[in-house]
Amino acid sequence: MTSLETHEHDVLVIGAGGAGLRAAIEASGRGARVGLVCKSLLGKAHTVMAEGGIAAALAHVDPQDGWETHFRDTMKGGSFLNHWRMAQLHAQEAPARVRELEEWGALFDRTPDGRILQRAFGGHTWKRLAHVGDRTGLEMIRALQDRGVHAGMDVFMEVTVTRLFTEGGRIAGAFAYRRETGRFVVFRAPAVVIATGGIGKCYKVTSNSWEYTGDGQALAYQAGAELIDMEFVQFHPTGMVWPPGVMGILVTEGVRGEGGILRNSNGERFMWKYLPEARKHEYAETDAEAREWLEATVAQRQTQARRPPELSTRDNVARAIYTEVKEGRGSPHGGAFLDISYLPAERVIRKLPSMYHQFKELADVDITKEPMEVGPTTHYVMGGLRVEPDTGAATVAGLYACGEAAAGLHGANRLGGNSLSDLLVFGCRAGGAAADYAKSAGPAPAIDPAAIEAEGRDLVAPFERTGGPTAYEIHHRLQEIMGARVGIFRTEQDLTRAVEELQKLQADARGMRADGSRPFNPGWHLVRDVQNLLMVSEAITRSALLRRESRGAHSRLDHPGPDAALGKVNFRVKHTDAGMSVEPTPLPAVPPDVQLLLHDAAQPAGAKS
Amino acid sequence: MSGPADVKAGRTIELRVWRGDASGGAPVSYTVPVEPGMVVLDAIHWIQAHQAPDLAVRWNCKAAKCGSCSAEVNGKPSLMCKSRLDHFPADRPILVTPMKTFPVIRDLVTDVSWNYEVNKRIQPFTPMKNASWRWQQSDVDRVQEFRKCIECFLCQDVCHVLRSHEMKTQFAGPRFFVRIAGLEMHPMDGADRTKFLKDEAGLGLCNITKCCTEVCPEGIHITDNAIIPLKERVVDSFYDPVVKLLRSWFGKQETT
Repeated sequence: MTSLETHEHDVLVIGAGGAGLRAAIEASGRGARVGLVCKSLLGKAHTVMAEGGIAAALAHVDPQDGWETHFRDTMKGGSFLNHWRMAQLHAQEAPARVRELEEWGALFDRTPDGRILQRAFGGHTWKRLAHVGDRTGLEMIRALQDRGVHAGMDVFMEVTVTRLFTEGGRIAGAFAYRRETGRFVVFRAPAVVIATGGIGKCYKVTSNSWEYTGDGQALAYQAGAELIDMEFVQFHPTGMVWPPGVMGILVTEGVRGEGGILRNSNGERFMWKYLPEARKHEYAETDAEAREWLEATVAQRQTQARRPPELSTRDNVARAIYTEVKEGRGSPHGGAFLDISYLPAERVIRKLPSMYHQFKELADVDITKEPMEVGPTTHYVMGGLRVEPDTGAATVAGLYACGEAAAGLHGANRLGGNSLSDLLVFGCRAGGAAADYAKSAGPAPAIDPAAIEAEGRDLVAPFERTGGPTAYEIHHRLQEIMGARVGIFRTEQDLTRAVEELQKLQADARGMRADGSRPFNPGWHLVRDVQNLLMVSEAITRSALLRRESRGAHSRLDHPGPDAALGKVNFRVKHTDAGMSVEPTPLPAVPPDVQLLLHDAAQPAGAKS
Repeated sequence: MSGPADVKAGRTIELRVWRGDASGGAPVSYTVPVEPGMVVLDAIHWIQAHQAPDLAVRWNCKAAKCGSCSAEVNGKPSLMCKSRLDHFPADRPILVTPMKTFPVIRDLVTDVSWNYEVNKRIQPFTPMKNASWRWQQSDVDRVQEFRKCIECFLCQDVCHVLRSHEMKTQFAGPRFFVRIAGLEMHPMDGADRTKFLKDEAGLGLCNITKCCTEVCPEGIHITDNAIIPLKERVVDSFYDPVVKLLRSWFGKQETT
C-alpha cells in the first residue's frame, strides 16, 4: 500500500457532468487546484442525454416571464416541499448562467430577432427552455468541457471514487480505482464536491446509464452526511417501450412541447381527464384551443389560447399513462401513443432530429408518419444530499454537493428543464464555495493509513471469493424488487415487504464474487456500484414508507391525497451505528415577502424585465 | 421494417467477440438468445451478465447520444448501440472487434486518450470584442451541424491517414477538423486557426476520400461541410497574396 498513486488538490470534484464541470470551472477560476474525477470518459456523462432544454426566465419569447414566475412554477411543481431559497436562487441566476454558456461557445436555437429561443415545457407558465433542437445536453456539456480543459484543472477519466475519508469531522480526501488498470488512487483534498448524479440503476426500466448508481449519495452517507427527500423518484412519462433492448430510453418532453398528443388504444386524448382540478384552468379545454396555442407558439405570436393538457407536470402524466395501460387501454407493447405525425414532417425533423433518428433506427418507427409508443421510465431522483442553499455545503465540513446528487431545489417533483439550469446555478455556487472553504480551512488533514488499507482490502475481497453470486445477479434481483414494490404507485404492504427483501439481498450481496483480473473488469466494478444501489434503494424505500401521503412523484395507493402535516417535513436519512435512521425534519420556513410570490394572483415584478 | 430481418425472436445468434489486451488476443464465440430489435450492445451485455462478467466494453447512453460504444462490427466502424442484429445475416457469426486505430486496453476497449490531447491543442472559442450577441438561425445552422458530434471517434478510426499510416503526430483527424470548423464558422469567434490547421493539424494530408463521412453516426457531412471549406480557408489565407497582405495588417476579423 506504500506505493499508491496519490494526488493533492484544494478541491476534488467527483463527477464531470454539467454540475461537476461547472463546479470545477468555478473553483479553478478562484485559484483552487482542482481535480476532476469522472467514471467515464470526459464528455460522456449523463448530461449529454438531456434533450429538451434549460429553464431560465430570459423572457425572450414570452416577455411576461420573470424569475418570480419561474420560482413559483418550481415550487408548485415540487408541491411546495422544495427549499424555497434554492428555488429562489435558481430562478434568479439561471438566465445569467445560460448567457455565460453562450459566451463560452454554446449555440442555442434563435428567435427571429436573433436571441436565444425558448420552448414550452410541462409546468412552466411561459415558454422558458433555451434549447438546441433536442440535443441541449450535448451542447451544454461540450461548451463546459471545452471551457474546462483550458481552465488548468487535472482531469482523471475513468476513475471511480469508492470512499470519502474524514478526519476530526472534516473531509480529508478520497479513495478511488482506475478502471483501465484496476489500480488504486488516493486523493488528498480538504474540500470535495459531489456531482455524481442520480440513482436510476435501482430500476430496470430507466433512462439512466450504467453510471447512475447512487455513488455520491452512498459516499456521503458513509461519511456521515445527511440525505433528504429520497422517496421522490421521478418517473418520466415518456420512455420508449419497444423494442425490449431500448425500453426506458428517454423520449424528450420536447415532443409534447412541440405539439405531441397522447392517446390510448381507443384513440382518446386522455390527458384531459387527468388534469388536477386546481390546475385545470391553466390548460386548453378543446383540441382546437390546444392547436391554436401550438400554432401561435410556432409563429411566435401572442395568444389567449392555453397550453395542451399533455404539458401537465411529469408526475401527473406518468400516472396517467400508467393508469391507462393498467385499465386495458394501452398500446400493443404496453404504453400510450404519442403522436406528432399530424405536423409537417419537415418541422418534426427540424425540431426533434434525434427523436426522429432514435425511433427510425432503433424501433423502425417513422415519427413523422406514425405515433410513438411510450411509457414511464425511471429518470431522476429529487432527493439527495442535504445542502445549504447558498453554498451547496453538505452536513460534513468540507463536503459539497450539486446537481442531481443534491436535494432541495425540486421538492417532490422536478419540472422538465429545471435540471440543466440546476447544474449550472448550483455547480457554480458549490464549486466557488468549496474553493473558498479550501482556502480558509488550509491543507487537508492527514488520512489514517489504516483507513486507506482497509478500503483497498475491501475492494479486492470479491476476487478472493469463489462461490457467491455475481454482481449482475444481485443487481437483477434489486431491480426486480424496486420495480415491483417501489415504483410509481406504492403501498404500505409493498414497501414493508421491500424493506425485508432488501435486507435479505444486502446479506446475500456481502458474498458477491468477481471473476477475472483487475484491468477494466465490469463484473468487478459492478460489485461496488451494486452496494451503493442497495444503500440508496433502502433509503428510498424507508422514506417512502414513512411518507403516508401522495405528493408530487410519490404516490401511495393507500394514502391517495396529500397530508398537510407531512407537507411541512422532509425525511432525513442518516447513517447511525444502529443502521439507517430516517426521521422527519421541519421544512425551512418561507419568509413572508417570498411567501407572497407563491400565490397565483401575485403579480410578478419580473414582468417588467 | 428496414434491412434483411433474418434474425427472428426466439432464436440464437453467434457473436465472435475479440478478447485480449495489448499483448494479444483473439475472437471468442458466444451464443446469444435474440429478442426483437436487439442491437450488438444488448448482445454484449447479455454475454457479460451470463457468460463473461469480465468482458470489457465502454457504453453509457445506449441511444447513440454519447458516442462511447464504438467498435468494429464485421469490420465496419460502428456504434454497437445502433447496430441492429436483424441487419446481419442470421446464419453467420457477427464479428465484434475493437477500433483498430487506437491501442487496445482490453477486449473492446481502446485507449482514445490521444484524441483528448489533440483537442487541448486547439485554440478554444475566442469571442470577438464589442460584437452584438444576436444572430439569425440561418447563420448557425452550419455550425450546429458540427456541434452534433458525439465524439465517438469512429471517423478517426476509419481515416486511413491515422488507421493505415499512423500519422498521429502530424494529423488531427476528421473529428478535430469538425471541431475547428465549428469554431472558425461560429458567428462570434474571432480567432484564426488556419496556421494551426496547415502546420500542426496536417489538414493537407486529407485527400477527401469521405470515409469519415460514411461512418459518422450523426450524419455530419464531415468532408463536404467541414474539411473542404477549411482547406479553402487555408488556401485563401496562405496562398492568396491579397488576403495574405490584408491578414498581416488586420488579422482575421477584417479578412472574412
